[in-house]
Amino acid sequence: MLDQAIFYFFAGVAVLSAILTVTRRNVVHSAIFLITALLATAGIFLELRAEFLFIVQIILYVGGIMVLFVFVIMLVNLDVAVRQLQFARQKWVGLLISLALAAQVGLMLWSSRKMPGQGMRVLNAVPADKLPPNSEEVAKSLFSSYLLPFEIASVLLLVAMIGAVVMAKKRT
Amino acid sequence: MEFVKQYWAPLVCGLAIVAVLPLIVGYVVLVERKIMADMQARLGPMRVGPHGLLQPIADAVKLLIKEDIIPDDADKLVFWLAPVLSVGAALLAIAGLAIGPAFQIAKDVNIGILFVVGVSAMGIFGIVLGGWASNSHYSLIGALRSSAQLVSYETAAGMALVCGLLFAGTLNITSIVEAQRNQGIWFGLLAPVAFFTYLVASIAETNRAPFDLPEAESELVAGYMTEFSGFRWSLYFLAEYTNMIVVASVATTLFLGGWLRPFSETRWLDFIDFLPPLLMAAIGVYCLRRTPKQPVRVQQLFMLVVAGLCFALAVVLGAPVLVPMAKPSLAAAVKPFYLGIHGGFWFILKVSAYIYFFMWVRFTLPRYRFDQLMRLGWHFLIPLSIINVVLIGIAMIVGMYYHLNGWRLLLATIPASVIALIIALFILALEQKGQPQKAPGTAPDSYA
Repeated sequence: MLDQAIFYFFAGVAVLSAILTVTRRNVVHSAIFLITALLATAGIFLELRAEFLFIVQIILYVGGIMVLFVFVIMLVNLDVAVRQLQFARQKWVGLLISLALAAQVGLMLWSSRKMPGQGMRVLNAVPADKLPPNSEEVAKSLFSSYLLPFEIASVLLLVAMIGAVVMAKKRT
Repeated sequence: MEFVKQYWAPLVCGLAIVAVLPLIVGYVVLVERKIMADMQARLGPMRVGPHGLLQPIADAVKLLIKEDIIPDDADKLVFWLAPVLSVGAALLAIAGLAIGPAFQIAKDVNIGILFVVGVSAMGIFGIVLGGWASNSHYSLIGALRSSAQLVSYETAAGMALVCGLLFAGTLNITSIVEAQRNQGIWFGLLAPVAFFTYLVASIAETNRAPFDLPEAESELVAGYMTEFSGFRWSLYFLAEYTNMIVVASVATTLFLGGWLRPFSETRWLDFIDFLPPLLMAAIGVYCLRRTPKQPVRVQQLFMLVVAGLCFALAVVLGAPVLVPMAKPSLAAAVKPFYLGIHGGFWFILKVSAYIYFFMWVRFTLPRYRFDQLMRLGWHFLIPLSIINVVLIGIAMIVGMYYHLNGWRLLLATIPASVIALIIALFILALEQKGQPQKAPGTAPDSYA
């Protein structure tokens, strides 16, 4: 009961602030609502007893990426940006893609309702206090069964980082 | 009902912290002013209460009744939100900390130290949004400097924490301290370079001098706080000092043995247990001796009360040590009290020492220039901390190979730390050699 109430609270906050993120005129307000949406998602992770995901969401997205977003927004001349007519030329493409995404989610929900437990892996229910320590489980699976994808992703990020530095240096 | 039963203790603890913390912060400010006065050979606040002991309360009342000004062109909502965000993040971080084995709001959190670090890093939004919302150039530049500084030093601090966590093997705060007890040595000694990195980075993260560029008076009036007044301004202050307490607690937990007594596993040094009550009694005697010298009767009374409090604390601290000596049969019953009370004492003592170091540095060193600050962070501290993590990892493997434990692990980690320091200095030297010499007299780029 309490779990459900918490879930619907966080989910509602996430959806509402996601909508506000897109509709606000002022970029800084949008950024604040994006932060709220990310925090609400972190709350849902915590409610699912995935503490590690919860804190990584906060440290990476809220504490890292959003700080950089806000930093860049501050450097842009906001007053001009607010007065300018906002336009997006990819209106139709965007509509198409979001429709496709919505269809995908709907299809998944529909199929899962039709045949519960089939085709989808259902995890055994474990009482909350018997769960294995979260961060250790993540570390174990990252460094044993998913070592190769993990390393590939790391190298990819490193390449992106070096690329960014090189591109930033070229201009001066 | 079940909900209340399950959560009443953390809730009460949380409320107590929210209620008491402003008072503690007020006294930290008073202590800071007194230490500053001492280092500059003056007396500091003396008027309100004996030796200015009631000054924080007078200051709080003054701040509460001051006029609250919001600039006309400010973004009202964000202006209102920003200080609250700062304080909220700082207070939330306290929830993950453990002051002694008994006092912890969120008990046995698996991600303990990550929670504290991650949540307290969110306070930056309060600063940035506050600086932006006040619609003033000084505030905006202060906010930008602050966020740049925080993002750069967070990396170094995180890497330093990783070093300590390598020894601990867990993120849980209680287990980290337990690991230090099992090793018999504090991780700060095992990884001195990591501790040093964290020390410097934590000064920068809390925007304290010599890294207080975001609020450099001579350049930016008061940085992001320029347009804030009265209670809002004091909220920023509360957040800054709470953050100091948080970083000091994290450092204490990870590097200074948390609530453990020095040499907690060495039995022949057990007499250290008598020091806390003796210290408290000594302070009480000092207060009693100073009592007749107070000029006003009220102040004499106040001094007596302080002396009484010190004696009460001495009794509380002394009882768990003396009772088992008088009656060995009660030893087991007294043990948890001993752990809780003395643990709290040592933890608070270490945190105070760390904060004292902050103040000492503040009154000793001149302020850095912004480009110097950035160079120190990116060219020295970050390479140093990354190399240190790698070398400490290698040292741990070597230690495991030769079955080194406790103090003997120093044989492996000290060379690793020294090598890390040498490599980092070498990189710094190379970096400076590669850079074209600036002509003397050119102004440094203060936005770099």
